[in-house]
Amino acid sequence: MDSDSKTEAIKRAKVLMVGAGGIGCELLKTLALSGFQDIHIIDMDTIEVSNLNRQFLFRQSHVGQSKAKVARDVVLRFMPRICITPYHANVKDPEFNVDFFKKFNVILNGLDNLDARRHVNRLCLAAEVPLVESGTTGFLGQVTVHIKGRTECYECQPKPTPKTYPVCTITSTPSKFVHCIVWAKDLLFAKLFGDRNQENDLFVHTGDGSDSVKPTDDIFERGLDEVPVQYGRKIYDHVFGYNIEVALANEETWKNRRRPRPIFLGDVLPEKLILQNGNLEKNCLTEDLSLSAMSSLGLNNPQEIWSLAENSRLFLEALRLFIERRGKDIGSLTFDKDDQLAIEFVTAAANIRASSFGIPLHSLFDAKGIAGNIVHAVATTNAIIAGLIVIEAIKVLEADFQNCRMTYCLEHPCQKMLLMPVEPFEANKSCYVCSETPLLLEVNTQTSTLRDFVDKIVKNKLGMSFPLIMQGAILIFEGGDDLEEDIAANYALNLDKVLTALPAPVTSGSMLTVEDLQQELSCHINIKHREEFDEEKEPDRMVLLGWTTPEKESQGVSNGENTAAAIPASPEAINKSEEVEVTAEISRTKRKLSEMTEVQEIFQILPDTDANNSMDPQEVEDNDYDNDLIVLDENPEASKKRRLQ
Amino acid sequence: MDGEELTAQQTALYDRQIRVWGVDAQKRLSKAQILVSGLNGTSVEFCKNIVLAGVGSLTLMDDRLVTEDALQANFLIPRDETVYSGRSLSELCCESLRDFNPMVRVLAEKGDLAQCEMEFLDKFDVVVVTGCSLKTKIEINEKCRKRAKRIAFYAIECRDSCGEIFVDLQNYTYAQKKSDGTAECHLSYPSLEDAILIPWRNLPRKVSKLYFAMRVIEKFELSEGRNPGELSNFDLPAVLKQRKELCDAQSLNESHVPETLLERILVAGPMLYPPVCPILGGILGQEVIKAISGKGDPLKNFFYFDAADGKGVIEDISNPSSI
Repeated sequence: MDSDSKTEAIKRAKVLMVGAGGIGCELLKTLALSGFQDIHIIDMDTIEVSNLNRQFLFRQSHVGQSKAKVARDVVLRFMPRICITPYHANVKDPEFNVDFFKKFNVILNGLDNLDARRHVNRLCLAAEVPLVESGTTGFLGQVTVHIKGRTECYECQPKPTPKTYPVCTITSTPSKFVHCIVWAKDLLFAKLFGDRNQENDLFVHTGDGSDSVKPTDDIFERGLDEVPVQYGRKIYDHVFGYNIEVALANEETWKNRRRPRPIFLGDVLPEKLILQNGNLEKNCLTEDLSLSAMSSLGLNNPQEIWSLAENSRLFLEALRLFIERRGKDIGSLTFDKDDQLAIEFVTAAANIRASSFGIPLHSLFDAKGIAGNIVHAVATTNAIIAGLIVIEAIKVLEADFQNCRMTYCLEHPCQKMLLMPVEPFEANKSCYVCSETPLLLEVNTQTSTLRDFVDKIVKNKLGMSFPLIMQGAILIFEGGDDLEEDIAANYALNLDKVLTALPAPVTSGSMLTVEDLQQELSCHINIKHREEFDEEKEPDRMVLLGWTTPEKESQGVSNGENTAAAIPASPEAINKSEEVEVTAEISRTKRKLSEMTEVQEIFQILPDTDANNSMDPQEVEDNDYDNDLIVLDENPEASKKRRLQ
Repeated sequence: MDGEELTAQQTALYDRQIRVWGVDAQKRLSKAQILVSGLNGTSVEFCKNIVLAGVGSLTLMDDRLVTEDALQANFLIPRDETVYSGRSLSELCCESLRDFNPMVRVLAEKGDLAQCEMEFLDKFDVVVVTGCSLKTKIEINEKCRKRAKRIAFYAIECRDSCGEIFVDLQNYTYAQKKSDGTAECHLSYPSLEDAILIPWRNLPRKVSKLYFAMRVIEKFELSEGRNPGELSNFDLPAVLKQRKELCDAQSLNESHVPETLLERILVAGPMLYPPVCPILGGILGQEVIKAISGKGDPLKNFFYFDAADGKGVIEDISNPSSI
């Protein structure tokens, strides 16, 4: 197409951007400069200080305001005659339905979580509008194009779900620092400051059930005359001392493992220091998220790795400050990475536990990164990706589908390339999202309930938010806020029934249809009864087949959702380096869309043995940081370089 | 690195990037002085990136007044004639850039870098040039190489929807991290003049066609006394003649410099394809950050991007003996 018709296609285009963050700012600017005149942008977030190092449309004075709206205002200043429509909303809101999506010529994603990406993918398929996907992490990035009927959809290839850890690893046998963080954050912090009513399987599994009658709850209750210092000491000794002693009593657990050592406060800190409070002068006027135990103790460098004694003091001081200054929050707090005191507490607790188990301690800076699932990000990668997105978007608008491609932005050159184009793939014929292949569910229909099915399979695995579940013409379940009371109550009753006991019994050989109306996704699941399931490997007691599962999938405790602008990673890479590397995969199921004559070369990328040839963040030398940091929001796409034939 | 810590403000602002390159690198960045001569779509992208990264200072040199062309692909200049009328590009860009990061000193310097005294360069750790003739690039590069302190030199050029980056770090030593510790790595970069003097037949096979295309066009511009962006489609026959001359002299088959590629570049004239600017500006930004921080493998020594095939390629155009 010549340049005039290109210009015309761009001028006439109506584009939807989802996300106004790192990629979004760069993308909006580039779209505007490229001649786009009608841009819509959805983002539910507000601006934070940590955004400003790369989301260059935002200023300090904008902190707290809507990203979508500010982005629009700023861009209009240098491109006043274009039309930008911002939506400060969640893309999963019902107003953004298929009809909404149909109004656009192309959808451009700049999202940071798998859930939203899947949602948008389904809407794009339903609306039959091309989607340009993208993601970045540090120096890595990629852009992919998804056109219904021509290429794979975003879900055709497995996207690993967030890394999870077996519960017993967290509660009893941690071997990496991240295990300690998850314990400190999701168990201890939650127990002390969160909702008391929540089920919380905090501690020791001795196996012989001897602790099953232990009233652990009592320990966490603070007596009326129990001063914070006393209380803190009690908690400390209980979780780091007593509980470890109890765990040690079970020889079986430690046969092949390093035995932890119990830590009691008295052994770590002299009595004087235990009773001595930090210097609170600086904090007198703060009772909010900036309240800090660190500064009151004079521990000023978040990059420093503090000793066991210092972490212990931090633990006690943080606990004391929570009680004395934020008492009203106790009982309802959830962990927030921007809550300074919470970070300090979790860091301290994780470090003490790490010390007990012989795991290297970490600085607050690093602990925060892990606990908060923080993704490292720089402006340059986002800028590069934004440029690549616009190039693809323009091809889509020109209907130049033959030339659409996936592009990978690498940190280390592969065959001299830092930017590597790859042919898009054909749709996966057994993708339950874009093709019509039924799935198979192996389940014990006599013991698993409808609730198990809805929560673990339909919502979690299939990513449906408001599902309809039918057997034949009979509606078994409907999720949603707008149901009438009696109908909702009826479904609620069904939830607790086992599958065979449902009004329309679900047994081996049944076929269920599961739909999400908003996503316009419909999917069939054949049911097969199975008696036994492996406790360790199949803790859900349900196995979904035909749904390409990611490599490592274990149920258990996760480190929470990572709000990462995610980047593809291969499981091997996860084990090799903290940078997400691109590795080879000779996929037997690889399908090529077309032969591009120029690109006959085989992009065979071998695992980078010099995995650490990179700009390393910090002196975090231990491997566990590397491996487990891939709590990349579930979206390390399997970005294996595809081999072209 | 000295004991000067980053301020709390810097740590909060740079948190996400410190997680990429570390505190020491960030400290080094905060002391770096950058000079950019020539403001267009790509160098403006680079400026944004380097200011966000948190360098010590950025100095801009471009006395040209704002024109419609200059506004192209430039998001730093408000589209308001009352604001931009009568003012130079460097002044206007300066004002906007300061907003992106108040912790960076952004200055506009009047004058033409080609005319500057050599001592002027001593203020800088990094010099980036764009939009000037080959002759000027070579001169500035030579000046940089003559100074006692090592000054990193970069040239960036975007034509139509493709572009070139040239890197000269002179003799560069850095710690390359390997799985079993770090190893000291030495790289020796040729000057721009030396690089392009290397006979074409000595170059590795399959060198990017853009390398040759740029050299042909450069040579032509030089012989005609024209600046980048001043050529047009009318010049095609003459440029093709230049191609033949060069290829004959270099014993290289003309097919290495496709006519279509040359035509594309000429037809575009001064115009850049806007989406390519952030790509080139981004790569350049990364390179400068690496050079300042001393972390990460810098590219050596040419980089090419062409939207037509989507490849971003590094070409090592240097004498084997100097590698």
